[in-house]
Amino acid sequence: MSDTAHGHGGGDGGTRRDFLALAGAAFGAAGAGLALWPLIDSMNPAKDVLALSSVEIDLKPVAVGQRITVKWRGKPVFIDHRTPDQISKAQADDKADLKDPQSDKDRVKKAEWLVMVGVCTHLGCVPLGQKVGQPRGEFGGWFCPCHGSHYDASGRIRKGPAPKNLEVPVYSFLNDTTLRVG
Amino acid sequence: MMKSVAFALALLALPVVAASAADAPKPAKQDWSFSGPFGTYDRNALQRGFQIYKEVCSACHSLYQVYYRNLEALGYNEAEIKALAASVEVQDGPNDNGEMFMRPGRPYDRFKSPFANSQAARAANNGAMPVDLSVITKARAHGPDYVYALLTGYKAAPAGVTVLDGMNYNSAFGGQQIAMGAPLAEGAITFADGTKATVPQMAKDVTTFLTWAAEPEMEERKKLGFKVILFLLVMTGVLYAAKRKIWSQIH
Amino acid sequence: MSASSQSQGPIVRWIDERLPVFSFMQHELHEYPTPKNLNYWWNFGSLAGIVLVIMIATGIFLAMNYTPHVDHAFNSVERIMRDVNYGWLIRYVHANGASMFFLVVYIHIFRGLYYGSYKPPRELLWWLGLVILLLMMATAFMGYVLPWGQMSFWGATVITNLFSAIPGVGEPIVTWLWGGFAVDNPTLQRFFSLHYLLPFVIVGVVVLHLVALHTAKSNNPLGIDPKSDKDTIPFHPYYTIKDMFGLGVFLIVFMAFVFYAPNFLGHPDNYIPAEPLVTPASIVPEWYLLPFYAILRAVPDKLGGVLLMFGAIFVLFALPWLDSSKVRSARFRPIYKQVFWIFLADCIVLGWAGAQKPEGAALLIGQLATAYYFFHLLILMPLLGRYEKTKPLPESISQPVLKS
Repeated sequence: MSDTAHGHGGGDGGTRRDFLALAGAAFGAAGAGLALWPLIDSMNPAKDVLALSSVEIDLKPVAVGQRITVKWRGKPVFIDHRTPDQISKAQADDKADLKDPQSDKDRVKKAEWLVMVGVCTHLGCVPLGQKVGQPRGEFGGWFCPCHGSHYDASGRIRKGPAPKNLEVPVYSFLNDTTLRVG
Repeated sequence: MMKSVAFALALLALPVVAASAADAPKPAKQDWSFSGPFGTYDRNALQRGFQIYKEVCSACHSLYQVYYRNLEALGYNEAEIKALAASVEVQDGPNDNGEMFMRPGRPYDRFKSPFANSQAARAANNGAMPVDLSVITKARAHGPDYVYALLTGYKAAPAGVTVLDGMNYNSAFGGQQIAMGAPLAEGAITFADGTKATVPQMAKDVTTFLTWAAEPEMEERKKLGFKVILFLLVMTGVLYAAKRKIWSQIH
Repeated sequence: MSASSQSQGPIVRWIDERLPVFSFMQHELHEYPTPKNLNYWWNFGSLAGIVLVIMIATGIFLAMNYTPHVDHAFNSVERIMRDVNYGWLIRYVHANGASMFFLVVYIHIFRGLYYGSYKPPRELLWWLGLVILLLMMATAFMGYVLPWGQMSFWGATVITNLFSAIPGVGEPIVTWLWGGFAVDNPTLQRFFSLHYLLPFVIVGVVVLHLVALHTAKSNNPLGIDPKSDKDTIPFHPYYTIKDMFGLGVFLIVFMAFVFYAPNFLGHPDNYIPAEPLVTPASIVPEWYLLPFYAILRAVPDKLGGVLLMFGAIFVLFALPWLDSSKVRSARFRPIYKQVFWIFLADCIVLGWAGAQKPEGAALLIGQLATAYYFFHLLILMPLLGRYEKTKPLPESISQPVLKS
């Protein structure tokens, strides 16, 4: 009834009114949308987190045959200083029946240094094999105890439920003995 | 009982109470590159100010909230920042043997503090605590003007004023007696850009640097603010027109 | 625009038959008959609601990066300011938003005082508003403690110590509030918990405030009830667009503070990390609590001061009965119209006195202003209702000119 009492305009006035109201509503909606962005973006990695998104590792103390684990972006990175035996075994396995086919030379930058993210591609557990005495699985690489995935000396999935090889992160050698991951 | 103990302890810490500068005289207004709604930090002043902090202030004052990586904003490149960070030794650890060890600083490290903790800082400074300078220009009324006035406020005590043992006369400081000795001396620093290191020049540069340390977001803030307020002005104008139009039917 | 849910799509109808949200919106927003003569002072209610939403939204995201621990609180706030994406913006909006919230709510309250919005049948509406104010004060106070600067710590110490004035059980109550023998980590953690909780309690009371409003209906500048359809207009679009425009003006002021003077309303001492052994030279609350602080300090007796300060708020609950005048709007009360402004000035003087050191002239002025505050509410209001000669009221809202 208030509608009939005051009318809602018609003709030119109505069009102009609708246009202005629409423009105002559009500005309001755009402003509210833009204002949401800082809130959403605040949940993205902060600057201090990003500053740690690459780590530099001194390889000098890592002896041949030794495996070390470093933390990178909150995850373990496996660094394996491989022996000539392990290298040749890994290369020989290029011809084996691989679930996620990849040759060993595509997985390393220098054959003696294997660098991988130590997270099982099945459900995210950390595979065993880094420490002396831990099981290394049937293929002399790593073994994930959660659901029994076996990785070979190149970190490729050979047996068990994991679908993919252990991930190789972005890394580079700054010089012969300094590795930069990330 | 508890309260009287606390009170006695508070009395012991008097030099710090004075440092709150609540009764400090109002400092003279200076002309800063960063004042006003469009002000920005003078990059050369920032670099000179950083050099002064590094060579003078950092002997006693920490800058805990600032990281070496932040120096990018001063115009240093990645290699320079790495070198600057590596010039200090920082404690890390524990290693696999459970021991702490020293290593060269990295860009993601905080600025190294001159003392391990506040007790060590006090012990080395006759019981007076050299304050952290990270937010000093926000933690004092008239921030930058006050810091500048303090750094240039060392004078001979006027006749009739007895300066206490271990204290120095400073006209800008609340109570006029400050434990910190005059930190800046004419020509104490050699600037790479050839700027003459007078006391007012150095005070100005280091204050600019400290203001940046306290408000590194300031330039971004002012720039974004301009856009936001412009947007709001247009939006409010449109809304006003819409309101006028809609209400024109009401008599 | 005037379409009811019946004429809308089948989905809307399907939902509405089961959960009448659309009918509700239609009824409360579109059909809600609002007096046609509301002026811009009526904008501040919805404005306060929007500020509450802004405070909760920014607060939730700040909490994601804040650490409620005495060793980490100050540093985590600095990390928000420096490292978190737009952290500085979110924190400055939240910090200045608290001031804006009080500014808006105080204007809202004084509008209610001027136009007699607390009088029957709106007493409970007024009460709920006062409850919101009390909750806001508690929330703001605890929020101010979280950055763990010097003012945080000493403000918390001074305010919690107020409860020690309670005879007999005062000390145990303060120890209980602290969870220790001084303001310390347990205090900070519980304040954080409550600071997160109370805004949602405020939302609940705001809902009740709105229910009461929509039951008693809006007051208006004339203070007379609408008599016919000619006196009212639908809330939407008339008042939605007016509120939107008001919001735009408000945001310009708000954002000017956030971007260009973000620390203007704060105290420099709160950028000094809390130091339990060193009291700042002067402890002052944020500006919006200064009038109450002045009342607290007006009495040289601890218990007396505390009682008077709480009394200053609680006396407002009795206002609908202290003010015995039948006429609502100050427009038709020539004397009340004068004393209203004196009362407002008195509150501003109290705010000024609260910021001064409690000695000499400032203390005396604070005491006089306190005395006047209570004189106005307890003596002037009842007397005015009885002896003031009011102007004749207009016939109706749509015919404000007197018909005689």
